[in-house]
Amino acid sequence: MSAVQTTSPTQDDTRRRSPMADVFFSLMRSRTFLVGLVIVLFWVACALFGEHFAPYDPLADDIINALAPPSSEHWFGTDQIGRDVFSRVIVGSRDILTVAPLATLLATIAGTALGLLTGYFRGIVDDVVSRILEAFMAIPVVIVALLAIVALGTSKATVIIVIGLSFAPIIARTVRSAVLAERELDYVAAAQLRHESAFHTMFVEILPNVIPPILVETTVRLGYAIFAVATLSFMGFGIQPPSPDWGLSISSNYGMIGGGFWWTVLFDALAIASLVIGVNLVADGVHGALND
Amino acid sequence: MTNSAPTKPAKAENALELTDLSVAYRVAGRNRAVLRNLSLNIRQGEAYGLVGESGCGKSTVALTVVRYLPRNGSILGGVISLDGQDVMKLDAEALRRARAESVSMVYQDPGKALNPSIRIGRQLTEIFELGGVTGQAATDRAIAMLNRVRISDPPSVMQRYPHQLSGGMQQRVAIAMALANDPSMLILDEPTTGLDATVEAEVLDLIAQLRQELSASILFISHNLAVVSNMCDRVGVLYAGMLVEEGPTDVVFNDPRHPYTVALLRCLPRGGQRKDQGRLDTIPGFLPGIGADIKGCAFADRCALADNRCRTELPPLYDLSDERGKRLSRCFHHDKAQALPRATPSDVATAPKPTTAPVLRVAGLNKTYASHGHPLRAVKDVSLDLRPGETLGLVGESGSGKTTFARLLLGLVPPDDGGTIELEGKALAPKLENRGDDQVKAMQIVFQNPDSALNRSHSIRHILSRALKRLAGLSGKAQEARLDDLVRAVRLTDRHLAVKPRQLSGGLKQRVAIARAFAGDPRIVVCDEPTSALDVSVQAAILNLLADLQSKEDVSYIFISHDLGVVRYLSDKIAVLYLGRIMEIGPSEEVFSGPHHPYTEALLSAVPQLDQTETARIRLDGEIPSATNPPPGCVFNTRCPRKIGPICEQQEPPLAEAQPGHSIRCHIPYPELARLQKAVVTEPA
Amino acid sequence: MSLSLVTLFLLSIMVFLGGQVLPGNVGRAILGPFADQRAVDALNHTLGVDRPLLTQYATWIWNFVRGDMGTSYIFRSPVAPFVIDALGNSMKLAAVAFVLVVPIGILGGVVAALNLNRPLDRIISLGGLSVTVLPEFVTGIILILIFGVWLRWLPISAAWPKDAGFFTQLYYLILPSLPLFLVLFGYIARMARSGMIEALDSDYTRTAVLKGLPWRTVIWRHVLRNALLPTITVIATQTGYLIGGLVVIETLFRYQGIGSLIFTAARGKDFPMLESGILTIGIVYAVATLIADFLYSVLNPRIRLGSDQ
Repeated sequence: MSAVQTTSPTQDDTRRRSPMADVFFSLMRSRTFLVGLVIVLFWVACALFGEHFAPYDPLADDIINALAPPSSEHWFGTDQIGRDVFSRVIVGSRDILTVAPLATLLATIAGTALGLLTGYFRGIVDDVVSRILEAFMAIPVVIVALLAIVALGTSKATVIIVIGLSFAPIIARTVRSAVLAERELDYVAAAQLRHESAFHTMFVEILPNVIPPILVETTVRLGYAIFAVATLSFMGFGIQPPSPDWGLSISSNYGMIGGGFWWTVLFDALAIASLVIGVNLVADGVHGALND
Repeated sequence: MTNSAPTKPAKAENALELTDLSVAYRVAGRNRAVLRNLSLNIRQGEAYGLVGESGCGKSTVALTVVRYLPRNGSILGGVISLDGQDVMKLDAEALRRARAESVSMVYQDPGKALNPSIRIGRQLTEIFELGGVTGQAATDRAIAMLNRVRISDPPSVMQRYPHQLSGGMQQRVAIAMALANDPSMLILDEPTTGLDATVEAEVLDLIAQLRQELSASILFISHNLAVVSNMCDRVGVLYAGMLVEEGPTDVVFNDPRHPYTVALLRCLPRGGQRKDQGRLDTIPGFLPGIGADIKGCAFADRCALADNRCRTELPPLYDLSDERGKRLSRCFHHDKAQALPRATPSDVATAPKPTTAPVLRVAGLNKTYASHGHPLRAVKDVSLDLRPGETLGLVGESGSGKTTFARLLLGLVPPDDGGTIELEGKALAPKLENRGDDQVKAMQIVFQNPDSALNRSHSIRHILSRALKRLAGLSGKAQEARLDDLVRAVRLTDRHLAVKPRQLSGGLKQRVAIARAFAGDPRIVVCDEPTSALDVSVQAAILNLLADLQSKEDVSYIFISHDLGVVRYLSDKIAVLYLGRIMEIGPSEEVFSGPHHPYTEALLSAVPQLDQTETARIRLDGEIPSATNPPPGCVFNTRCPRKIGPICEQQEPPLAEAQPGHSIRCHIPYPELARLQKAVVTEPA
Repeated sequence: MSLSLVTLFLLSIMVFLGGQVLPGNVGRAILGPFADQRAVDALNHTLGVDRPLLTQYATWIWNFVRGDMGTSYIFRSPVAPFVIDALGNSMKLAAVAFVLVVPIGILGGVVAALNLNRPLDRIISLGGLSVTVLPEFVTGIILILIFGVWLRWLPISAAWPKDAGFFTQLYYLILPSLPLFLVLFGYIARMARSGMIEALDSDYTRTAVLKGLPWRTVIWRHVLRNALLPTITVIATQTGYLIGGLVVIETLFRYQGIGSLIFTAARGKDFPMLESGILTIGIVYAVATLIADFLYSVLNPRIRLGSDQ
């Protein structure tokens, strides 16, 4: 009797595309993501090469032409001491695009480590750390920053540390809840039944599976880091003069808007708005692609 | 002929008519066919069963009839006629009226089907309000309805929220809601899937009784052939969205005329079949995925009878009606369907095992959890032993402690102080961390759900290599050589090594999980419901694999399953658990054939059998009590049909040896049990 | 309840450490690098910052609980009246924003979910996302330019004239509350939308529809309540962000609230003022969370009644 061979797998039993490829194709189809990406890349380009195509030196004053309205010479007008607003807007992305990503990176690393530890060990470690993180999250970032900057003084490093550490608990919370869910899965029990170390289980078994939520949270946090850096600059606690930073420019010029000098603040405001929205469109796209 | 009368006829000939129905789901920008030109009729008052494996489109049929497809689903063509009314032509208001007046649906997972924030009473009365019955009248009708589904104390149930009811009660409420509008068509979509065996039996009995009382026609959808065979007049077998066979239930199941039906029936361990009596047959290959491009017969790729014609030309539905009734089969070779060659030879070579010292010995094992401040005794005083090459089947409903017991053995959960676990004569530390590497590799597990058990970020090669490294201590060349052996032993190929679990089908994933468990030459493998997430056709192959590996490696199994047929097929010895206690333990055949514990008796009686003749059935009242608050005396006394008196409520019976190797925890003496149960068996004769 | 107390306790320690320990020598910080060491020591002694930390903390908390928030370094007068006044003002501003944003945000989310993937949903979702992520001072500036400078409909400062009545105050508060509204709107709408989608896709909604209930009844009776439960919690957690936003908005609009009080205190290194301000915010946050938990459990029978099993 020539029976059909015993359950030998046929050719079509494996699905063709790997999960990573699925995410990539889904990102490429997402209009939100692509629009956001173009905006972000535009500002990254300005940060890297802005000096070369800005028409004026963003720091050069020109008192005679101070507070000139937009014209063919100065597309966005000039500020109180005659600096070209257009050039300053172009170059103004540099500091914020250094400080915010570094702060986010710090937050992601610290938050992931905390989240993995608290989620994996649970028990008393988790209880203590979680309470502390909760207390942290009860205070708005701006206020933590005020407190820290008063204590430590203002510098870019302080801003990075403050924002990084304020965001870390939020990322830790996301990672923790993802790890708690993973921990219930049987592959973790299987690892224990191989006598794997806690380190191996956390970083080799669990970590790869919680990358997607970390990725989403990181992009979202980058948006909020830009938000926070800009806000701190505006409050005078972040990036310091004479940097052409957007928040800083608004802070030094907004007192004059009653006098009708709108161009000294509007373009900086729009620049911040576009960058923040761009990053969040990217985050939204990533979220959509990973949760399909 | 379709009924297309402009005015609603008094009663159409058929309660439901589907004609050439095609439905597709839009996934990743493409329409994928789920139902392909499906036609079927359900007569007035008839119960029609629709069976098939996952992804064949069963539930889509139900959702299409009530026009409640998911957002990405669309009806591409065909006619749905409900009591003579074309459902597709109804406007929103007419559709609402049809749902309110003539069709109702009950589906799986009643816990989700009821609104969590509205009291049961309100959820019922709102149905009567639609028909203009309000206030006290509506409340009275609701109470009457709950009485009808045999819910005791309806007024108090009316005041409760769904989460305060057990699963069985929730499903009764859902059924009451479905019947409240006295529908002409009742759709039941896997109504008992996920319920415990004894509860399932009750719900099925209820549905059968209600059928006598009501006039509704029933569309009963299930993956469980036995359930359908007991509940339905006619049955349709669905494969890849097509009807492949249809006819009176007993005729189709006893004299199938489509190779798929034939093969499906052969996959099930039936009539007390055991592993040493032969392998189960399997169906090679895989179910076509949703939207698969099908030329010719959908089953051709997996059918030993298939020829060229089958692969290129779609077989029509042959009319094979005879004196037993109208029947159809979509197969060119319907006349020789039953001659379908076996896909797996049935011969097995099992040598009888010499009795040796037990590999595992468990004594006085307990596990108490704290649940909201109350002790929850998940496992109470369990003692047993297991010999090399032997399979111990663990049987019991939810809360019986099966899985907790397995986790205690493995050390994943530490037991209470006092009990002992001995592996090959050496005591095992309660905690996994404190056990030796050799002890750890000697006891492994195959989990129920391979999606959870296999790390989705790792390739199959990584998963198995890591297991070989840690459990067998192999690396380099030796590891690769062993990996090859292992992969072949579970009948995978090299091609599967490079992919991630997600890219494999359920059956293949479970093979990977089995390979991992066998990486370190274990002495004992715990199998925790290893086939319950799989389709019937895949289940058989996994059971065969487990049996083959056992006879080759002389490994012992602790096999946990709620499916008694499966347990019986694989087990040499059975332990029946109830609320964390062993109620009965003994050789498989003795436990199944009896005399047995009244709970075992009820459990066996609750399982729907394909070839069931109407025998006296034992039904248990009420629900499984909470393990935080077990009944005093014998824990089974609250539901026991053979309770003998106050002693059952006052004193917990010991687990007493009735026959050598066969122990029962019951106050009724063994000879008396034998007499009582014999009476039941002979009664109908 | 006890949870909130633990959180508050930890917060107080952090504030104490941040405000009194990290800056090092308080007297030196206030008097500047060139002041005489004896003057610094004397000031430190008057301020009590030369005592052991634990004593300082205990005194500080004990006094705070009794309503004595210490003496402002700058104003040389008790802190409490300043904090209470400022808190009152901030509450007014926050209340205007809240009263506007909660119903409108929820409505936006519900409407978006009911029009899932249609243009209206896209507009609400993307628009909501965009305004939510913008810093308050950016939207503030743009709104001032539009409504204050170009259209001249609204005053660009929130400082209303003395003896202004309720409606005048409200008039002055509209512009400052708008940036807060926008930040919260997207967030609340987003939560409401996803809650709605989940509820609409649920089995119990299917049951309700298949009962033949009219669509309106399905939405009002079966969907909304379950859909909006999670949103309630979110609204409460947003009070924290709202207060952060107040710091910026009050500065931008020159409004005498708790935010600008903290800001001024931070600039002037007025530690008692700073610490009391932040701790007050912590209490407000804790109370808001408590209220949300309470509401959630009242509306959710699963928590209110527990389970029989």
